[in-house]
Amino acid sequence: MTLALSRTAGRRAPAAPATKAQALRSQRRAAFWFLLPDTLGLLVFVAIPMLLSVLLGFFAVDGFGNISFAGVDNYVRMGSDPQFWRSVQITLTYLVVLVPLLYVVGLALALLVQQRIPLVGLIRSMLFVPYVISLVVVALVWEFILGERTGVLAQLLAALGIEGVSFLGDPTLALGTVIVVTLWFQMGYYMIIFLAGLQDIPGEYYEAARIDGASAWQRLLLITMPLLRPTSFFVIVTATVSVITGGLDLIFVLTGGGPAGSTSLLIYFVYEQAFLFGDLGYAAAIGSVLTLVLLAWTGLMFAVTRGGRFDHDS
Amino acid sequence: MTADTATTTRYRGERRWTPRNVLLVVVGLLVGALTVFPLVWMLSGAFKTVDEVNDPALIPASPTWENFTYVFTQVPFARYLLNSLLVAGAVTLIALWFHSMAAYALARLQFPGREKLFAAIFATLLVSLPVVMIPTFLVIRTLGLLDSYAGLIVPAIFNAFGIFLLRQFYISLPPELEEAALVDGASYWRIYRSIIVPLSRPILAALAVFFFLANWNAFVWPLTITSDPDLRVVQLGIALFQQQYASDWNYVLAASTVAALPTLLVFFFFQRQIVESIKSAGFK
Repeated sequence: MTLALSRTAGRRAPAAPATKAQALRSQRRAAFWFLLPDTLGLLVFVAIPMLLSVLLGFFAVDGFGNISFAGVDNYVRMGSDPQFWRSVQITLTYLVVLVPLLYVVGLALALLVQQRIPLVGLIRSMLFVPYVISLVVVALVWEFILGERTGVLAQLLAALGIEGVSFLGDPTLALGTVIVVTLWFQMGYYMIIFLAGLQDIPGEYYEAARIDGASAWQRLLLITMPLLRPTSFFVIVTATVSVITGGLDLIFVLTGGGPAGSTSLLIYFVYEQAFLFGDLGYAAAIGSVLTLVLLAWTGLMFAVTRGGRFDHDS
Repeated sequence: MTADTATTTRYRGERRWTPRNVLLVVVGLLVGALTVFPLVWMLSGAFKTVDEVNDPALIPASPTWENFTYVFTQVPFARYLLNSLLVAGAVTLIALWFHSMAAYALARLQFPGREKLFAAIFATLLVSLPVVMIPTFLVIRTLGLLDSYAGLIVPAIFNAFGIFLLRQFYISLPPELEEAALVDGASYWRIYRSIIVPLSRPILAALAVFFFLANWNAFVWPLTITSDPDLRVVQLGIALFQQQYASDWNYVLAASTVAALPTLLVFFFFQRQIVESIKSAGFK
């Protein structure tokens, strides 16, 4: 830079071509070094594993790390593995019940804590706090509460004359229990997302509606819901992805996939195949299918809603 | 309703005890109390003796610290806490450093292929850890990092979410900021360190809270790549502790309380940062 300045022989000379090129070159060099650590890390720990995962699906890998080409064997096996299909079915049930619940409860709580009422800060904190707790602690605390006979809930039900209910031991109840626990710790997150969406709706709309004599229910259906569509889109996409890929810690500690495999979600099934049975190839094949499904789902949602943007907010 | 209360988003004023508001507050407090009950129950059980831990009384009859001393003396619980602190702290610091550098370059420096690189980095957001855990495990094994602090820390650092949020913030800064420094002959590193980083303190603080919580709470990855008891993080520690002391809930609850305490403290002190970063992540 000093060299270029002396060549143009002016104190505040306009940038000469040489200076500009030099400045661009030094900028390029700086950008390279600034980006190097993260780019390298994302390459080694995200991008390459992603590709490896797809490749690995075509190999048989045993627990000792011996690898042999297996063609589409893993995919064929998936088709005829009843346990895999059972996990698919459990995951779909979990998804179809949990996502609408998260949506409705998240929105309802947001509408509540959006009110200008006393103590609203305290109420909001109480509803959000489970979200910061680790899933291991969540699982342990619920296991304690739901314990057969000795748990506080069983004692409460016994006092009401209902005995012998086992929320974690009964295969017909366990998935429902996992759904309630997941709803409990995730609802605060969606409440905050909806709250942000609600705060973006101009208050004048509600004023105008009130003057026109619209009821609270009409205001919700005709103003809030349509204007909340971008938020709804975000919530449905993220909830779907997080419901399918999350919850591994919880299943691990709370149910271990049981009883009788009734809470064996796909993500747990994959983990089990990979790290308990050492069948990395089969697990990677299932993981790749899962990723494809999630990509297709996200793509579909973007296509249907034109990227989450809607006609009115271009 | 006056004009200024209508436009404030922080809800000052209008908090009167009208019948409608009383009803809403009662509903809110009831739902809130139901929500925090499991955590209060954990806390209560952690102070009960083994004989009364299953009693339905909320307040322990004879509160005791003994469960906590038992946990710390029976297993190396302090070591677990230190391991978690080390791992979560290191991931947070290194991630903030790397992400702010990358975001600065993506937002403020001119170089060929910038938009393509950003799109590629953004695309990695769609890849979630459980799906790539198997190949990442193989990468870590190939690098010889199984059963090491590096294996716990390094893969957790790289995450496009932080880069994305910081880039959005840096794009919004006025360009005059660097121009004066550049005329004075400052290097880009100097600009990053003495202009960009100090300006982004609030957003860095919000991200720090988020990264720390996520890594303090991590369980499956440490479970998968460590078997050395000396490397045990606190979440792994309490899960194994429960397997060992399955029926002694007073001890398990005391251990859980200690594991949850830092996250609860972070929540009480940094609630606004957590809420703000969730909100800004929701708006792309």
